[in-house]
Amino acid sequence: MQQANYPQTFIAGKALNKSKSLKKSVAVRKSFSQIKFEKIFKSTLVLIALSVVIIVLAIFLTLVVQSLPSIKALGWKFLGGKTWDPVSNVFGAYPFLIGTLITSFLALIISVPFSFAIAIFLGEYYPKGWLSELLKNVIELIAAIPSVIYGFWGVFVLVPIVRDLETKLGILPYGIGIFTASLILAVMIVPYAASLGREVVRMVPSALKEGAYSLGATRFEVIKNVVIPYAKSGLFAGILLSLGRALGETMAVTMVIGNSPIIPTSIFSPGHTMASVIANEFTEAADSIYLSSLIEMGLLLFVVTVIINVIGKRIIKRFTNE
Amino acid sequence: MNRTGAHLKWRIAKSNIAKTVIIILAFACVIPLLAIFFYIIKEGVTKINWHFIVSLPKPVGEEGGGIANALLGSLLIVLCASVIAIPIGILCGIYLSENKTTRLAYYSRLAVDILQGVPSIVVGIIIYFWIVKETQTFSAISGSAALALMMLPIIVRSTEETLKLLPDSLKEAALALGLPYHRVILKVLLPCGISGVLSGVILSVARIAGETAPLLFTAFGNPYLNANIFKPMQSLPLLIFNYATSPYDEWHDLAWGASLILLTWVLLLNIITKITTRKWRVQL
Repeated sequence: MQQANYPQTFIAGKALNKSKSLKKSVAVRKSFSQIKFEKIFKSTLVLIALSVVIIVLAIFLTLVVQSLPSIKALGWKFLGGKTWDPVSNVFGAYPFLIGTLITSFLALIISVPFSFAIAIFLGEYYPKGWLSELLKNVIELIAAIPSVIYGFWGVFVLVPIVRDLETKLGILPYGIGIFTASLILAVMIVPYAASLGREVVRMVPSALKEGAYSLGATRFEVIKNVVIPYAKSGLFAGILLSLGRALGETMAVTMVIGNSPIIPTSIFSPGHTMASVIANEFTEAADSIYLSSLIEMGLLLFVVTVIINVIGKRIIKRFTNE
Repeated sequence: MNRTGAHLKWRIAKSNIAKTVIIILAFACVIPLLAIFFYIIKEGVTKINWHFIVSLPKPVGEEGGGIANALLGSLLIVLCASVIAIPIGILCGIYLSENKTTRLAYYSRLAVDILQGVPSIVVGIIIYFWIVKETQTFSAISGSAALALMMLPIIVRSTEETLKLLPDSLKEAALALGLPYHRVILKVLLPCGISGVLSGVILSVARIAGETAPLLFTAFGNPYLNANIFKPMQSLPLLIFNYATSPYDEWHDLAWGASLILLTWVLLLNIITKITTRKWRVQL
């Protein structure tokens, strides 16, 4: 309907142009300039939509091109190499890969029970009312706090607490380390899975729940056997988005993880993640292989988070369309 | 009979236990948030005064000093980022809401999704190569470009979703009056959805105001007052990061004060977004 209108005005304008009997009055000229503007406007829209696509492609290409020297020089050894020693030109990303994976998954394990509890509480137990409104807004504020503030707070509050805990457990009391980083990350990623989970739990059809209730199921049984299986894929998407967020998080992790390029021996030992090593060493990297191996890590991070995010978004889209 | 009764009681008890556990877990998440607020306010409030806002950081060992350079820098960087990102974001959002099924719209939407997930540190690397390396100097404008790249997806999404919510009859009526397409969009649809679009813009500013990682290799930081956007510039998050990781107590004090100001700023922006979106029910 709306699309059809546009060509009509356009053709009308052309017809006016051709008919000699009509003089080019002011109104006609004005409508011509309007039509011209219309064309410019439309092509601007297309151009901008196109430029967003180009930006993303350019990001990928830039990362690939800049990391070529290290890909060529090191190949697969880069991922498997266990030592990172820029002074003697040995670059192995394995400690950082492990550090990133451990912190992210540990954070995920800690945060998932909480975010699912929030999702079920807000989606099923108390979908309405001031209390749930309040909790919802408070949870969203968790995502709003800048990560550098999390890091700062972590250094001065969480690190001493963890140090005390480590002294009690009889381990070397670093305070900083993978466990501390995971704790901070866990707090930071709770809102992502929680708000998405709340949406999908709300979307469970009440007919299904009522059917289960009428068969005599208790509330817990309804949640366990009806709500969660139905919302399964949406909850999974929430976990994926949280994971994507945890993998790429830089500042808070950098400040509390200890920044030492060794393969962590336990969850309490200091470590390094891919993002934190880039943040720490990028401006110092003078040598081209050094720099490009840092960028290769950025490329890896980019590809992994993109895949995770796109899969997560796809699942959400499928869920909301059903 | 007795056994089924006991079983029933157990099931009900289990249901109640589960409910209690879920409520406890759900509200446990509020604790770290309150702890952070409490600690930042406690440490920050004593440091903030007029002197703190208008003076520059002092060298190590001297008492006092302020964060004027970071405040000015943060404002300028965020302002420039908004100037870059808002027009592009809104126009892209208009395209996506007007062309729902074209192939370009599909790829553009995918690109926006990808852009939203790019780790902030990677954005920093990219802008380093695109701008800093080309101009051979760290500059505030490159920091703005990095932040603009992170604002873009939020603005695009909120514009698209808001415009989709407007009834088709609005647009049809305007077209039936003979208005050209661009005026229908800019003079009818956009003003109608302006509060939804604006709340997306404010939210995007709130998200990037505290970003540090993209500024590390772009704006870089600067201990002096600087208003030239083509030179390195200090910003609040950068200052907090640099001073928090330093071993000096005076600098920690500055960082606490800066944290409180940054936190207040970000939270205010978020609350404004909350109030405007309540009217619009836009999912961001």
